[in-house]
Amino acid sequence: MNQALPAVREQFHTPGQQLAADRLGMWLFLASEAMLFGAIFLALTVYHLLHPDAMQAATRRLDLTMGGINTAILLTSSTTMALAVKLASQGRRWPTLVALLATVLLGLAFEAIKVHSWFDEARQGLLPGYGPPFPLPQPAAQLYFHLYLVSTGVHALHLAVGIVLLGGVALGLMSRLLKVPERAVNVELVGLYWQFVDIVWIFLFPTLYLVSR
Amino acid sequence: MPDKLILLVVWIVLLLLLGAGIEASRLGLGSWQAAVVLLLAAISAGLIAWFDMHLKYSSGILRLFAAGVLIFLLIMFGLGLPDWLTR
Repeated sequence: MNQALPAVREQFHTPGQQLAADRLGMWLFLASEAMLFGAIFLALTVYHLLHPDAMQAATRRLDLTMGGINTAILLTSSTTMALAVKLASQGRRWPTLVALLATVLLGLAFEAIKVHSWFDEARQGLLPGYGPPFPLPQPAAQLYFHLYLVSTGVHALHLAVGIVLLGGVALGLMSRLLKVPERAVNVELVGLYWQFVDIVWIFLFPTLYLVSR
Repeated sequence: MPDKLILLVVWIVLLLLLGAGIEASRLGLGSWQAAVVLLLAAISAGLIAWFDMHLKYSSGILRLFAAGVLIFLLIMFGLGLPDWLTR
């Protein structure tokens, strides 16, 4: 394949060096994101240790089926995303686009189910600020649901950003403004972010739904 | 094994691990429950990082940055939890 090398910006000597810097930058950003979610996980862990009974009562109010389906959806989206990165590196524009759109659709399905769960929980009075009075007798169970809303909310926001980024990459591919394999790194970096957000959910799901069930 | 086949196998393993985690939470493992479901989650996360995030094919420095994520978290949990775990 007669492919042009990506344009090398002036601070880099070679395309390879630029690519390595792009990847390192994304991983460093992901490390900072891990600190944000890490703090939330630490708070959840302390709540579990301090109030095991209240955490169990609260956990059992969550819909495990919906949570499980959503986890399966995200795990599948990790695979379609990885496939898109692979196809982009091979310069296969249309298959890349199909894999990206599948990832976007799976992301949207996750968000729809999550929003549905929030409404369901709010109608039971479980979430702060809306609906009937809190139904559980343990005060600490309210702490759990506050953190549940914050952690799933911050995660859903991250996923929404991922959906917008993937949509942007897909538009670039469709309009040919983004050429593969020359700029396959764009797909790869958005892919890294997407996989990271999936990994956050892989830990959120057991921490919220399974640990104290 | 071709790369795409690896991704497919990883996907199936991920779904099996998810099922195993949900089943484990129903077994009544007591104090082991948290450890088991979190270990299964860690294996899933490791598979995604290694295969779907291409650490398998990455340079040493990139793997070091990825390990940095774990080291930061280890410091945060290492300094944050002993007080609660030992009371």
